[in-house]
Amino acid sequence: MRDMAGLDEGTPLFAQIAERLAEEIADGGLAEGERVPSMNELAAFYRINPATAAKGLNLLADDGLLEKRRGIGMFVASGARRRLLAQRRQRFAAQYVAPLVTEAARLGIDPDELITLVRESSQAAAVTAQGGVTV
Amino acid sequence: MTPVISVTGLTRRYRDHVALDQVSLEVEAGSIVGLLGRNGAGKTTLLRILAGQEFPSAGDVLVHGAPPAENEAVLRRMVFVREDQTYPDFKVRHALRVASWFYPNWNAELADALLADFGLPAGRAIKKLSRGMRSALGIVIGLAARADVTLFDEPYAGLDAVARQIFYDRLLADYAEHPRTILLSTHLIDEAAGLLERVIVIDRGRIVLTADADDLRGVATAVSGPVLAVDEFTAGRVVWDRRRVASRVSVVVVGGLDEADRLLARSLQLDLTPLTLQQLVVQAAAQPADTLERTSA
Repeated sequence: MRDMAGLDEGTPLFAQIAERLAEEIADGGLAEGERVPSMNELAAFYRINPATAAKGLNLLADDGLLEKRRGIGMFVASGARRRLLAQRRQRFAAQYVAPLVTEAARLGIDPDELITLVRESSQAAAVTAQGGVTV
Repeated sequence: MTPVISVTGLTRRYRDHVALDQVSLEVEAGSIVGLLGRNGAGKTTLLRILAGQEFPSAGDVLVHGAPPAENEAVLRRMVFVREDQTYPDFKVRHALRVASWFYPNWNAELADALLADFGLPAGRAIKKLSRGMRSALGIVIGLAARADVTLFDEPYAGLDAVARQIFYDRLLADYAEHPRTILLSTHLIDEAAGLLERVIVIDRGRIVLTADADDLRGVATAVSGPVLAVDEFTAGRVVWDRRRVASRVSVVVVGGLDEADRLLARSLQLDLTPLTLQQLVVQAAAQPADTLERTSA
């Protein structure tokens, strides 16, 4: 029971459930207009209390990312994906760029060097994504 | 909502030993509640009193609005599965039949499915069952009774991890379809943590914590690193359980951490590890009462 399908100990489970569904919507795994798993389906999958799963669903519904259809279930609202991607971009700076800059400063990498490194890494990723072989 | 279980000022004394000391609690209908604490903390005494199998020395206990002891109307709506339950000289099948007469919501199909899940032979004499299989029988009865109030007191003595997982999964599945009030006393806290909506922590006969289980996640974090860095990080915070080896310290910080705290910890090169519910319960029991409620409020 420890490994609740990859959920961690550090944050409330309902927030993790909401986060995972939001990820799926942002990645397109759950399309707009598609039915999302029910409270009981989520509870069984993650092996958690159904009330906790419901709280996660309601968090997204309150944000307007899911819509309830009475007697049928919850569905991904239209425009949900666009809104989530916009949120993610905002979070990106705080979550990734700020620590990157801090760590770079600690290692004595100046901003110009850092930008060069980012560019190189970005080119390498592009080559890999095209199926190319480096070296 | 009216609570299905309501306990006020409950004290239970045995000669010179106080098993329960001024316990007050309420349990809402339709939730799974964990009753957590060490052996001898008073969990079994509390459950036995709720099940009407023992009388309070003082205080009031109401289940469905009435005292449970010698109250058949209340007791038929309640099932109590205790650790190491003993049975008359029966076969498994007979024990199930007797249970089916007593519990108005008994579901024979569920009982049969659970027997198969646990690999319990219906024709076997109960006294020939292993300890784990006897525990499984208790679980089958506890779930198939579908009683409004279901009390499980450490129901899995002798059951291995696989069988316990079957218990948790079947409990969740049946609860989802037939919501009811389930009180589960357990010392395998981390295993059951995800199932629980509320937790009640009892220590030396007193309630030391009641909370939504999910609210306790992330409420305490182990922080470790060099002494100076840990001291800088923990200044002004509530700290439990400081331990030190050479120039390295490990402490438990109480209270949620935000993004800024995490960045600070990272820049100080500290390791952050959230406490599991089990670790939190161990820590909470060692602190003065309601430290945690004050800090998480």
